[in-house]
Amino acid sequence: MSQLLDNFRLSAIPARSEAFRQDVKGFLKQHVEGMPADLRSRSWMAFDATFSRQLAKRGWVGVTLPEAYGGANLDAFDRFVLVEELLTAGAPVGAHWIADRQSGPLILRFGTDEQKRNYLPRICRGEIFFGIGMSEPNSGSDLASVGSRATLQANGHWRLTGRKIWTTNGHRCDFVIALVRTSGDPADRQKGLSQFIVDLKLPGVTVRPIRDLTGDSHFSELFFDEVELPMDALIGDEGQGWHQVNAELAFERSGPERLYSSIVLLDRWITWLKDRGEFEQHAQAIGRFAAHLFTLRHMSIAVTAKLARGESPVVEAALVKDIGTEFEQSIPAFVEAALTATPGLRVDDDLLRASAYVSQMAPTFSLRGGTREILRGMIARGLGLR
Amino acid sequence: MFAEAIEAILVDHCTPATLRAVESGQRAGALIDALADSGFFDLLAAEDEGGGGATLSDLFPIAFLCGGHAVPVPLLQTIASRLIVRTGLPPRALLTFAPSLTELDGEVRAPHVPAGTVASHVLGQMDDQVLLFTTADAEISVTGIHASTVASFRWKQGVGTALEPRAGPAELQPLAALLHAGLLAGAMKAAFDLTMQYANDRVQFGKAIGKFQAIQHQLSVMAEHVAASSIAAEAAFAGYPLMPRTIACAAAKSRTSEAAQLVASIAHAVHGAIGVTEEYDLQLYTRRLHEWRMAHGSEMHWNSVLGAGISSHAGSVADYVREITA
Repeated sequence: MSQLLDNFRLSAIPARSEAFRQDVKGFLKQHVEGMPADLRSRSWMAFDATFSRQLAKRGWVGVTLPEAYGGANLDAFDRFVLVEELLTAGAPVGAHWIADRQSGPLILRFGTDEQKRNYLPRICRGEIFFGIGMSEPNSGSDLASVGSRATLQANGHWRLTGRKIWTTNGHRCDFVIALVRTSGDPADRQKGLSQFIVDLKLPGVTVRPIRDLTGDSHFSELFFDEVELPMDALIGDEGQGWHQVNAELAFERSGPERLYSSIVLLDRWITWLKDRGEFEQHAQAIGRFAAHLFTLRHMSIAVTAKLARGESPVVEAALVKDIGTEFEQSIPAFVEAALTATPGLRVDDDLLRASAYVSQMAPTFSLRGGTREILRGMIARGLGLR
Repeated sequence: MFAEAIEAILVDHCTPATLRAVESGQRAGALIDALADSGFFDLLAAEDEGGGGATLSDLFPIAFLCGGHAVPVPLLQTIASRLIVRTGLPPRALLTFAPSLTELDGEVRAPHVPAGTVASHVLGQMDDQVLLFTTADAEISVTGIHASTVASFRWKQGVGTALEPRAGPAELQPLAALLHAGLLAGAMKAAFDLTMQYANDRVQFGKAIGKFQAIQHQLSVMAEHVAASSIAAEAAFAGYPLMPRTIACAAAKSRTSEAAQLVASIAHAVHGAIGVTEEYDLQLYTRRLHEWRMAHGSEMHWNSVLGAGISSHAGSVADYVREITA
């Protein structure tokens, strides 16, 4: 019988990390508190380079990277506390989010000394921002079928041709780390894939923003037309892209951003109910959200404890993400109905906009970072069913 | 380490046959004697009273075990009773909890007490008072639910013995709810293990049904809720030596009770018709999941308690949730 469920045992955030929380709260009170709820609901979708640089000045970008590279040398628990506060406040953290969460740790783990010295200090200063280059128009959940290809040239450079899509804020980023084929063909699946750090200013790169249903353009599509990449654009080992991308996905899936996507809406709604003296009507539903969040938070901390021990809890992260996104989706589903439980009541426009934004984007919570179906398949494999 | 020793007793003396015997009205003599002789009833009693000096957090693995073995007597309540009072408990008594006693027409009443038909004593609460009753002194009525050990009691006023609470005014209701959160978590894991086994063994269309994606996804969802329930209960048992915090109990009982319904439903869906038969063991767990969901307040009650807490809390929901176990 699989031991997967035995891995969800109680862990506590160390006091050292908790002490850090008040600093972050103080900073956010000053910089975020007055922002409208619909903007705060965008949180890690919202690209605000100025805000990211203010955070960087405090040393809160690239927090888990070593001091030698400009990082804060904090551990996974410290990052949990920082991220939890940023997300529950609805801070616009999108600009540096991907670099802080996965690109930086990926470069640290698989990069050469030269690559680390080149990229990591600039990440920590908030000077360069990264995007993810995994999905392609014909390669979504079936990630191993990627068709973009980099070919080694006689001069040692690589020539990249292909497309990537759904890169969050790609049109505002400086680099993406792209998963592409360097040998064999799509039938070889996981074999022959490699990762490259692609400078989006290089000739042959075209980035097109994609407008979404809320009116935002947070997604983008990237076109690579015979892009000449320098030798050291390759990150990690040639042919090890699949292994590396899975390590990256463990970072991507395990964080508190898989619990808190709707939390600004929930808090904003509660404030509105309290102001109107109507809290009691929904006390039970709000209590239920609290019971779920209490539980999910402990599950997420259990995964964080594994990260802090240097493990790569891929299946555990998938499990928490699947149940966490279900919780995130249940909030707008309820709030939207509750807002017009009494027709004719005036609802604040700021609350209505937040409710509409989160309701409309909620389907993406269980798409981004691996669909519900992919994650449940991973859990089933973890349980020994396949 | 206590848990391993208790598990050894349960493996020997608490089999599905024992459960069926108790549910048909027989006394679990061998099980009760083995447990009483082991001294585990006093595990949580103060060391200066000759007890084991263990704490509330030591109780979580025991609760999980009791749920996982569907222990048909109130072993967990008996062990936990030592948290509530320091002295005055008969050493071999099997105790169950009645947190909300009422007085009416010269009688003390305790409606729908879990494990009531198999307990020797009831530890009840009326206002701030902790009262001990024997079930032999009571007028007992059962619910009529098949195989259930839930019972309602009426005692003549004055037959209960008032006992001194061990740590401040006792709050039996949250503790009793927390114990059932732990029982639910253990029983859900047992139902999950049975269901996994069945999915691997049962062959249809030429392969184990666990190879079908539709079944795999149901089992994945079930696993999520079993993991959630376990950690929710564990978190509420942790951090306090004697009595738990009410809001932690609320969160744990709410989350496990909500999951119980879903977990029972998936377990039966995967099993098909065999799962609802008397002779197959799944029902030993799923009947308890439903009974324990209702015991000492379902998720609806405890969600209201949490809601009331948020109503008077000034910070964000995330702050409130973090402070539950802070």
